[in-house]
Amino acid sequence: MKKLLKGAKVLDPSQNLDGMRDILVVDGRIAEIKENIEISGAEVIDLSNYIITPGLIDIHAHFREPGYEYKEDIESGSMSAAAGGFTAVACMPNTKPPIDNSALIEYVKFRASQVGKAKVLPIGCVTKGQEGKEITEMGDMARAGAVAFSDDGKPVASSSLMRKAMVYAAMFDKVVIDHCEDPSLFEGGQMNEGRVSTLLGLAGIPAASEEIMVARDILLAKAMKVPIHIAHISTKGSVELIRKAKSEGVRVTCEVTPHHLTLTEEAVIGYDTNAKVNPPLRTQEDVDALLEGLKDGTIDAIATDHAPHHIDEKDLEFDQAAFGLVGLETALGVILTNVVGKNGISLNTGIQKMTIGPAKVLGLEMGTLKVGASADITVIDINREWIVDKDRFFSKGRNTPFHGLKLKGKAVMTIVDGNVTYSEIE
Amino acid sequence: MLSQKHLLGLENLQKSDIELLLETAESFKEIIDRDVKKVPTLRGKAIVNLFYEPSTRTRTSFELAGKYLSADTINFTSSASSVRKGETLKDTAKTIEMMGVDAVIIRHSSSGAASYLSRHVTASVINAGDGTHEHPTQALLDMFTVKEKKGTLSGLKVAIFGDILHSRVARSNIFGFTKMGSEVFVAGPSTLMPPDIEQMGAKPVEIIEEAVRDADVVIALRIQLERQQKGLFPTIREYSKFFGLNKDKLALAKSDAILLHPGPVNRGIELTSEVIDGSQSVINQQVKNGVAVRMAVLYHLIGGSRE
Repeated sequence: MKKLLKGAKVLDPSQNLDGMRDILVVDGRIAEIKENIEISGAEVIDLSNYIITPGLIDIHAHFREPGYEYKEDIESGSMSAAAGGFTAVACMPNTKPPIDNSALIEYVKFRASQVGKAKVLPIGCVTKGQEGKEITEMGDMARAGAVAFSDDGKPVASSSLMRKAMVYAAMFDKVVIDHCEDPSLFEGGQMNEGRVSTLLGLAGIPAASEEIMVARDILLAKAMKVPIHIAHISTKGSVELIRKAKSEGVRVTCEVTPHHLTLTEEAVIGYDTNAKVNPPLRTQEDVDALLEGLKDGTIDAIATDHAPHHIDEKDLEFDQAAFGLVGLETALGVILTNVVGKNGISLNTGIQKMTIGPAKVLGLEMGTLKVGASADITVIDINREWIVDKDRFFSKGRNTPFHGLKLKGKAVMTIVDGNVTYSEIE
Repeated sequence: MLSQKHLLGLENLQKSDIELLLETAESFKEIIDRDVKKVPTLRGKAIVNLFYEPSTRTRTSFELAGKYLSADTINFTSSASSVRKGETLKDTAKTIEMMGVDAVIIRHSSSGAASYLSRHVTASVINAGDGTHEHPTQALLDMFTVKEKKGTLSGLKVAIFGDILHSRVARSNIFGFTKMGSEVFVAGPSTLMPPDIEQMGAKPVEIIEEAVRDADVVIALRIQLERQQKGLFPTIREYSKFFGLNKDKLALAKSDAILLHPGPVNRGIELTSEVIDGSQSVINQQVKNGVAVRMAVLYHLIGGSRE
């Protein structure tokens, strides 16, 4: 099987490539990448006027299977990923039952292979049953295909247990991903603590709830000389802590979501439960610090924290609604429209944080168009104007604060291992 | 005519709306003293009290306000915890609405519950207290009481003290009094003071004495005793010592200052009995004015057509 992608501009931050190139795909791998490839016997796809990038990678999503298939399943989640231009998605293990053993890792991989729309990379639990008591069989899960370990949604409160988990995972070259939240400071919180929480009479979640745990994790990583990955940072303080730690050589990486980069606590006014998310949307000062962190390299990756919920879990009084929002189908558009070009952030940086950036965080052999790599490719129409319509999502989730937003830039074709998984091109 | 279909809070009410409601309440007040307390103004209208939190005075006040105007009033009370297991607020409200009610008066433990409800029903929604957000009719009756005594709501110094963080009465009063041209000072333990309160237009001060000094109006808030168990203040004794109002502290206010409290009062905790029963207290008059103000609210929201 040969495919020849012709006429596009190729943007591949992994090899500092930004220019007109043709790409030849043979048997699901990149066989050749250069100007004006002429070859017979290949299916030619004309991609003039489009941009080709390595397939987008999301290292933080919730596909809810097994157990919560009414919110999302691996099929709908994979379709949603493909439609958003993602070729690989790392899935959090807070399912029912939680993914805390190798059999469940195998199950997720099997279901993903049946669907075949995206590479689903399972993340295993840090502790058995996500109970925060005993560490899981990380070695066994790593061998079965777990790409990282996390108790996302139920932060590991015990510093001692966290230290053991980080050290143990490092033995298998895996990183622990921590959702940083001090449970006692978080208690009952509904949104960012500040002007808007006072106005709305909603219990606040202080920035310190996140920053205390970021600081703890950094100190543990520094002392034990092992890596830690901080999920979805939301505050200026977190950016500063991580920036300083990186400058000291601590092996800390972090990610940020498109919503934390573009929305503030103001989005909650009117009690919009689609803006109820954890960590909460913060202030403009935090947004500015996150953008700066993205630009200067403090932040390694953009991740969606795609968290689908059923309408009945969101159409409720604010304090009874679930936390989370869907992001796979809006991430690229939001980044291209509202992040790239702001605060001196280049298109190259934006794409880097969605391709080779996240690949490096988890040590994945992905995120590049170098010859020999898997042909995971995203084709982008940078000029396409479109309006977010939640009712047209492939995801089962409709919980988005971006509904009705006008965006410019969209994935129009997604290719995984040389196979087209999504296309809007005639 | 009010600019709003619902009464969700004072934040979004215009100054002219507040003036209209207070004027109307004044004309309704004499009905309460009549021998036959009934006018036909809302005959044929149906009102439901949808109360998810225990409340005697607010519910009774709304119920009587409706009855004095000849509306049919019914009560639906339930604890939020039992509802959480069963029917949702939306479904309950829609069910009640289909029975033909014109106004839904809601008291709920979730901030934003009234606003949420207003998006799901076509009846007028009246917020009778939503979580720690707003309690607009309480603030309206406070303002009515103050205007009755002071003749104006403009240029007054208003002191509010107690648990500002969890108080919907404080929020509504801050919005209301500042809109009408008064200056609002708030005082309370730092653990019970919400962040950025000054951005709402209130002036936070460290000690109650500073708030009360030269005040025209002093509003005490009820302290929920369970806040102590959550570690927000060490003991009732210390709370009372530093943030309770007694005769000496009240003497710092202007000599003609008046004292309000939304009730029910914790005697001897936020207020001493001597000030509750003293000559400056208007706490009992607030209750009567509450009925008049709620009559005005019901009249303007469901009496007559909006078009």
